[in-house]
Amino acid sequence: MQLSRDELLSAYTKMRTIREFEERLNVEFQKGTVPGFIHLYSGQEGIAVGICEHLSEDIDYIGSTHRGHGHCIAKGVDVKGMMAEIFTKSTGLCGGKGGSMHIADLDKGMLGANAIVGGAPPLAIGAALTAKTLKTGGVAIPFIGDGAANQGTVAESMNMACVLNLPVVFMFENNGYAEFTAASYATAGSIEARAKAYGMPATTIAGDDFFAVHEAAREAIARARAGEGPSAIEATAYRFHGHFSGDPQVYRSAEELASVREDHDVLKNFRKRVTEAALLDDAEMDAIDAEVLTLIDEAVAEAMAAPEPTEADLYTDVYNTYQ
Amino acid sequence: MPVITYREAINQAMAQEMRRDPLIVVMGEDVAGGAGGSAGGAEAAGGVMGITAGLATEFGRDRVIDTPITESAIMGMGAGAALTGLRPIAELMFADFIGVCFDQIYNQAAKFRYMFGGKAVTPLTIRTMIGAGMGAGPQHSQAIYPWLTSVPGLKVCVPSNPYDAKGLMIQAIRDDDPVIFCEHKSLLGMEGEVPEDPYTIDFGKAAITREGTDLTIVSMSWMVNFCNEAADQLASEDFSVEVVDMRTTSPLDREAILKSVRKTGRLVVVDEANPICSMASEISSIVAEHAFAALDAPIKKVTAPHTPVPASPKLEALYIPDTAKIVAAARETLEYEL
Repeated sequence: MQLSRDELLSAYTKMRTIREFEERLNVEFQKGTVPGFIHLYSGQEGIAVGICEHLSEDIDYIGSTHRGHGHCIAKGVDVKGMMAEIFTKSTGLCGGKGGSMHIADLDKGMLGANAIVGGAPPLAIGAALTAKTLKTGGVAIPFIGDGAANQGTVAESMNMACVLNLPVVFMFENNGYAEFTAASYATAGSIEARAKAYGMPATTIAGDDFFAVHEAAREAIARARAGEGPSAIEATAYRFHGHFSGDPQVYRSAEELASVREDHDVLKNFRKRVTEAALLDDAEMDAIDAEVLTLIDEAVAEAMAAPEPTEADLYTDVYNTYQ
Repeated sequence: MPVITYREAINQAMAQEMRRDPLIVVMGEDVAGGAGGSAGGAEAAGGVMGITAGLATEFGRDRVIDTPITESAIMGMGAGAALTGLRPIAELMFADFIGVCFDQIYNQAAKFRYMFGGKAVTPLTIRTMIGAGMGAGPQHSQAIYPWLTSVPGLKVCVPSNPYDAKGLMIQAIRDDDPVIFCEHKSLLGMEGEVPEDPYTIDFGKAAITREGTDLTIVSMSWMVNFCNEAADQLASEDFSVEVVDMRTTSPLDREAILKSVRKTGRLVVVDEANPICSMASEISSIVAEHAFAALDAPIKKVTAPHTPVPASPKLEALYIPDTAKIVAAARETLEYEL
């Protein structure tokens, strides 16, 4: 189905924002200005955006992973609040208590990045149960890596979602590596086939093709909204960086590392497609690039200048009430 | 006042709350039972112990949800549903099964509020069955509430009688934080007076089940009943023993413990859990730290041994801290002279 100009511009802006956000974070992390661990989403932007462009902030939920910045941005979470959170400042979305791996924004339907591999799918089916029980028409999408695909929680969640006919789309992002170990070694059989074994529709698409993701997501999400139950999408994904920022990636060949950026860059693929079809022109996308760069510059500057949490913050928000 | 069982008190609490609030759903293995069966799919169990009996028939299967035997998905679905607007009661049939789903409880539900900067509300009630006494063996008999108590973000109920079970269950359902409600399998048939109308019991408020001046016994759950028996036996020997029932271990009513010990000067702590890092050790440390000067005798702990729970009824009886062991420890403490 043809996307409108506005839809194309929105998708491009979000993908570019994710890329710029992650590339800038990589630089900042190497400088030592960001605490903890950072897992970058560069290369996989088309998947988060291809899904989330179909979702509403009000009724639809996503569950994310340790590599969650892209999912947040795609779901409409505030970029400056995210950056401040990753810098663990008091102005961050979680007041600096969550950090990179726990960014959440429940008002936007973002159930949280999740530092436990396979942690989010059970939560996402819970959000789907809420949607079904309250008849909101909402759907829930857990993003799941190829590593998490091997966790029992994912199998349990797929089974439960099918048994209860919940409005869920299991979005598998197979970027070929679970940390430093190849999916070809660690993931037996096929993820798509596993999903199909539960009786749900499943398809495999190219994650470096925004349009392929967008189309597959349209069908799966419409099915869920119509009460026809869960489905699964497996996207082949291309992780530009290592497992974490700073990973030297000695387990990947030089040829593969060059190829992911040369041949599988979803932003390049998108730009080529829309310019060749005369849907958007380079100048307007260049303008978006410049705007995004400014936004990220501001986000970093504001995050760095923001205050740290106070000592009192250590003790707050453990409970709503306690004694 | 009506006399009902501990089992019926919990059932009544859930039913009354479900009538009041349509956001409450119950989920777990065989909480209705019978789904898909050749007999036609009518409610068949109401839980393995019958605690949810009648709920599916009254409220329907959309609100009383039979799940597959997949505890991570049950606990996670409960947590996710709570995070997005429902007030789920998720059943973990036996507390021993927590090993396969603990991540969804302690890393997810319990941490949402803190790690999301105070913006998350997770009104999840987890019902689970604890404890020994049925010869159910090592993987169906444990009293694991000390593990749960050590997790910031969780609240833990350990009711010792039908009245407390109803009031604490209604409070748990209405509470906006994740609560684990530990039902003791050896108490399910215990009868007691329970008001018909709904009522709540505040968390973190211990009950004094026997008043006394010579010795404090602090306990929780099933053990409180043995402590009461011990106090009554010792009363016939003219010892005045006070029994403090914690009712919840998180929050823990430290003031009630300290107040009683400052009055009596002597403390026995009785805990069905294994001894290391138990409630007995935690309560002992609170008293040692904050009421040292009030003590006239060393603190005595009566706990299970550091072993799994044996299946043999003979060995299980030796494992359980019973009235005789409590009386012996109490007498030793009472007779201790500095």
